[in-house]
Amino acid sequence: MEIGLLYSRIRTDEKLLLSKLRERGHGVEKIDVREASFGLDGTNAAVGDCDLVLDRCLATSRSLYATEFLDHYGVPVVNSPDTAAVCADKAKTSLALAAAGVPTPETEVAFTTDEALDVIEDFGYPCVLKPVVGSWGRLMAKIDSRTAAEAILEHKATLGHYEHKVFYVQEFVEKPGRDVRVLATDGDPVAAMTRSSDHWLTNAAKGGETAEFEVSDEVRALVEAASEAVGGGLLGVDLMEVDEVSGEYTVHEVNHTVEFKTLNGTTDVDVPATVVDWLEAKAPDGDDESGSTPESDSEVVA
Amino acid sequence: MSEADCVACGAAVTLHDGLETGEILDCGTCGVELEVIDVSPPVLDRAPELEEDWGE
Repeated sequence: MEIGLLYSRIRTDEKLLLSKLRERGHGVEKIDVREASFGLDGTNAAVGDCDLVLDRCLATSRSLYATEFLDHYGVPVVNSPDTAAVCADKAKTSLALAAAGVPTPETEVAFTTDEALDVIEDFGYPCVLKPVVGSWGRLMAKIDSRTAAEAILEHKATLGHYEHKVFYVQEFVEKPGRDVRVLATDGDPVAAMTRSSDHWLTNAAKGGETAEFEVSDEVRALVEAASEAVGGGLLGVDLMEVDEVSGEYTVHEVNHTVEFKTLNGTTDVDVPATVVDWLEAKAPDGDDESGSTPESDSEVVA
Repeated sequence: MSEADCVACGAAVTLHDGLETGEILDCGTCGVELEVIDVSPPVLDRAPELEEDWGE
């Protein structure tokens, strides 16, 4: 198999994947999207000999457009541009989960500070204000009072990019100091971990402590449904326990360029190997035989 | 193991085996983030600053 890896930064996650792919004898074409351009009829990115392209772009904007163009050329790419478009935008993710009947926190979107303030007051305190695009727990606000809401809304409206004027307000879920991250391939859980913190943000990127989590039947079903709701692929599905006693969960996020280095160090599962298993099956002919590594500069023409 | 110069402070940065183009290293002397531009021979440059849409 010849696989293209779209990237703009090689993280530990990408190194783990590259190592596993090469170990199995697959050819890898690393494609730095900063050096690529995409036209209506083709690209200078060396994807011509790729059986499959894996999008590992660190920048969401690049991920969205690069996958859209590759899909336009007929180049098989995971995750698909449709999945990327849904997962990259929290409002779209919420809509997709709700449409599929997947439990997800109550959410409202408003476009002006006045209307957003009304929404926040209706939710009551605390509630949460999130950017529609963003990751690693950045720019998330837990709002404890009206005065805090007024200040945050004014700052976002005055200082923010236009996307920050899409006010995404969500109920605050009283989780038991942790949330759950499940890495899944087309809805099939690979491994899972809890992320715990005294802080309301429990992201691993924010320093949350991790521990392996055994996927229950209920979580498995939710992950499968959430994955299908956003179009499938290699995903990080985040859930919160709404009620520890009843074991009820809500899905609050689905990540489409999911990082897994922390999970790989938390579980006995060989995460990159399982991801490569999936990529091998995902390649159009399902061919899992080893391939050579041609030095290809071939351009794709749509 | 090989070395390359930090483009910010000029100190020698030790490079590990299996270096990848696109990988990010920290300069042990000044702490700046460095991007591996090439591996043979190794070339380092300042890594891009964090952008708002970066993430997973």
